[in-house]
Amino acid sequence: MSRRPYIRPVSKVSWWLSQPRYIRYMAREASCIFIGAYSGVLVVGLIRLSQGAAAWGAFLETLQSPVSIAFHLFALAFALYHTTTWFNVTPKAMPLQFGQTPVPGGAIIGAHYLGWILVSGLILFLVGV
Amino acid sequence: MSNRIVELEILRYNPETDEEPKFQTFSVPCAEDWVVLDAINYIKDELDRTLSYRWSCHMAVCGSCGMMINGEPMLSCKSFLRDLPDRIRVEPLTNFPIERDLVVVMDDFMDKLDSVKPFLIPREEKTVDEGEFLQTPAQLSKFKQYTLCINCTLCYAACPQYAHNEGFVGPAALALAHRYNLDSRDVGRSARADVVASNAGIWECSFVGACSEVCPHGVDPAAAIQQTKIASSVDYFRDMLIPGRRS
Repeated sequence: MSRRPYIRPVSKVSWWLSQPRYIRYMAREASCIFIGAYSGVLVVGLIRLSQGAAAWGAFLETLQSPVSIAFHLFALAFALYHTTTWFNVTPKAMPLQFGQTPVPGGAIIGAHYLGWILVSGLILFLVGV
Repeated sequence: MSNRIVELEILRYNPETDEEPKFQTFSVPCAEDWVVLDAINYIKDELDRTLSYRWSCHMAVCGSCGMMINGEPMLSCKSFLRDLPDRIRVEPLTNFPIERDLVVVMDDFMDKLDSVKPFLIPREEKTVDEGEFLQTPAQLSKFKQYTLCINCTLCYAACPQYAHNEGFVGPAALALAHRYNLDSRDVGRSARADVVASNAGIWECSFVGACSEVCPHGVDPAAAIQQTKIASSVDYFRDMLIPGRRS
């Protein structure tokens, strides 16, 4: 009797296509690319603002192009997916318990949405919307 | 016995004769209340006595009979044939080397489990005569779910990080480390930190969450790992900000 364990190969490229749960995970991770790109747009906007009224005006005009609008819609969709998927796992990372009673996961998730709404409202108020 | 015939495609591997594993199909007449393990036992008893696989309790307690059933890591004693199609593919747990047929090599998991010191490390040792280490129900409830782990390693078969990084300590071992770290009678957290808080420990996990989805006992290793990341980060900043905290 000889031991000769067999090691099955694992694809380094297409492994995530083998299960729906892996595809959902990759979608969540990939959503950060759009958020990063949108942050880049904001930084460019700040730079253009520092260069004067004409540069700022040209930047605003560029934002209204069809390509820019399409990008922003994509970025918004991925930002929402990114935010909701991370909010939905917060009860796992930050469980709360009073005595023997755990706080329901829905309450922890809801508190994050409430915080999101309050912070967004505060920012909109500060910019005068 | 019902009239239903189930086709079981089983991945076979004989290290003495085979270069690589290959599927063999068996037709099994099955009863309404059978699980996949019953069908495999039927094959062993009636069709092919050379089939190798692990099982013991047949009641989802021992954790021996984990297999890939139609691509999903499951306990074969808990997978009812009535919930499965007429053609079922059965393979050894992924991410482990195949010893023979459905038997995998678990040495790596056993070493990693051992490395996180999955046992109570009390402040002071007590003899049996000195009595128990007392604990309130509230203290118990903080970690009770993690005590339900049966070391079946389905979570390792589901984890893509373990598949790609063989050094990763992995879900069950890290969940058990967390279980003892949360135990009010235990003071072994720093002794476990060298392994648990290392790059091969919690920081290798990217929170796919598959481990928690496949656990047959509802244990949540993904939660344990994320909570340990937070505790470890707090430790790091405290060590940095409070002089003399870490010797």
